[in-house]
Amino acid sequence: MSTVTTPRTDREGTTPILAARPSAREAFDQTMSMAWRALMKMRRNPEQMFDVVIQPLLFTAMFAYIFGGAVSGNVQAYLPVIITGVLAQTALTACMAAGTQLREDMDKGVFDRFRSLPISRIAPLAGPAVADLLRYAIAATLTILTGVLMGYRPGGGILGVAAGWLLVVIAGWSMSWIFTWLGTVLKSSQAVQGIGMMIMFPLTFLSDAFVPLKTLPGWLEAFVRVNPVHLVIAATRDLMNHGSFTLSVVWALLGCGAVVAIFLPLAVRSYSRKV
Amino acid sequence: MTNSELAVHATGLVKRFGDLTAVGGVDLAVHQGEVFGVLGPNGAGKTTTLSMLATLLPIDGGHASIFGVDVASSPHRIRQLVGVTGQYASVDENLTARENLRLFGRLLGLSGKAARATAEELLGRFGLEEAADKQIKNFSGGMRRRLDLSASLIARPPLIFLDEPTTGLDPRTRGQMWDTIRDLVAQGSTILLTTQYLDEADQLAGRIAVIDRGLKVAEGTPDELKRSVGSSTLHLRLTNGEDTARAAQLVEDVLGEQPVLTPEAGGLNVALTDANRAADVLIALRTAGLSITTATVQQPTLDEVFLALTGHYTDKEEAA
Repeated sequence: MSTVTTPRTDREGTTPILAARPSAREAFDQTMSMAWRALMKMRRNPEQMFDVVIQPLLFTAMFAYIFGGAVSGNVQAYLPVIITGVLAQTALTACMAAGTQLREDMDKGVFDRFRSLPISRIAPLAGPAVADLLRYAIAATLTILTGVLMGYRPGGGILGVAAGWLLVVIAGWSMSWIFTWLGTVLKSSQAVQGIGMMIMFPLTFLSDAFVPLKTLPGWLEAFVRVNPVHLVIAATRDLMNHGSFTLSVVWALLGCGAVVAIFLPLAVRSYSRKV
Repeated sequence: MTNSELAVHATGLVKRFGDLTAVGGVDLAVHQGEVFGVLGPNGAGKTTTLSMLATLLPIDGGHASIFGVDVASSPHRIRQLVGVTGQYASVDENLTARENLRLFGRLLGLSGKAARATAEELLGRFGLEEAADKQIKNFSGGMRRRLDLSASLIARPPLIFLDEPTTGLDPRTRGQMWDTIRDLVAQGSTILLTTQYLDEADQLAGRIAVIDRGLKVAEGTPDELKRSVGSSTLHLRLTNGEDTARAAQLVEDVLGEQPVLTPEAGGLNVALTDANRAADVLIALRTAGLSITTATVQQPTLDEVFLALTGHYTDKEEAA
């Protein structure tokens, strides 16, 4: 037993020296261990990756051919609009799975153990979120590649596209906290899926992801202007199509930051209380 | 004895789920180094009590401390003192045994190297080396429980909770699990164990609390409890059913207790205040030339303990 840590209290019952809460360093290490667990899980269940592999191919081609003529006159002219729109949409769909997966996971016995261990309450939630960065990266990369194959020539060049790609990955990670929170409050993964859909659709469609903003009624436009997904799409367009780091990029990052600032604490709080 | 000398000290623990009071004011005092059993039927509140003590459920009423540390106000400290092995194997189905142990080791703050070494050591100690690289979903029930228990020992917690460690296991695996638990006791761990089986509590626990419907109905050593129930039972089966009446008379003469007959099967049952008297009965039967096919002395069952302690059977009453 020489390799095992010594017990953190003595058996005589004199004042044990125990930390009242995990340190930030411990919380980070534990999050990384949880991320490793999530990655192993992905490796064992590759079907978890279907959505981020199939959807970019399917949606990019489908939306481009359906809406292209109606919105922009032809498919070619629509590509700069639709690629950035589908990028945001696939990232959002990909992060919805964070909620359903967490809900399913929490119903398993292993989460009882996680809850009984002296570890940070954020680690079991943040770990999968870190591992999911891989999913957003795959979704974003495939969407851009599909677009390029269909004739999309981004005006922002390699650097602009890389910056747009990075923003989409950051946005996916940020938005995933909405669904993670749902996963900690709702009782079943079906409920997470259902309510997640109701959140995802307004967020993506109440934006200029697919159609120009000026076609919307005024009251709707007001909502769209504060929709974080809309902000991300606008910023991605500036980066990828024009290669310009505009104020909209700052707004998008602020929007993502606001989502994390609201939903991360809510999720951790609700998880800590969960039975 | 001061509170800090007790491994677990709970007074008036209460847990409510809506209108249902799952635990209605339970007191527990577990001394350091002992194995304390919480015995009760399904739904009695055993797991709920353990969950409150392990910070998995908030405490609705009463007070609990572990090694003098308050459970409600210092959950993170409590988690460093207690290793929990759940009723259902709480290991990761997607990982192999080795990966599970490494994950828990890392989560508990071991370096990568130390986590690997600890995993190897525990795999060896629990006889899991051969299955170390199999995913847990392919594990048998007994292997899962062993892995589960080994995962609880990584941080070498001074107090271990075992929630129904052998429920659903076959007799052989059950025996292996008992041996493993005895090893832990020999190494000085304090163990709080829940079980539905009187014989399991009897085998492992130094003291037992009997819980029924969220209340503690009795506490004592296994022997004290059994004595409170009265006696064991002698079951006899005669070779010739016709001899039953004669045998019954003989038994009554020896023991002074009227046996219960099952003449169809040529059987009779009689309460034994002292198990040693069984021999007297057998000798009397042999002397009278009455032949028997089987003779067994049985401990009181959990049902009988419950009937004696609470005046109702474990489940049958609800069904009626």
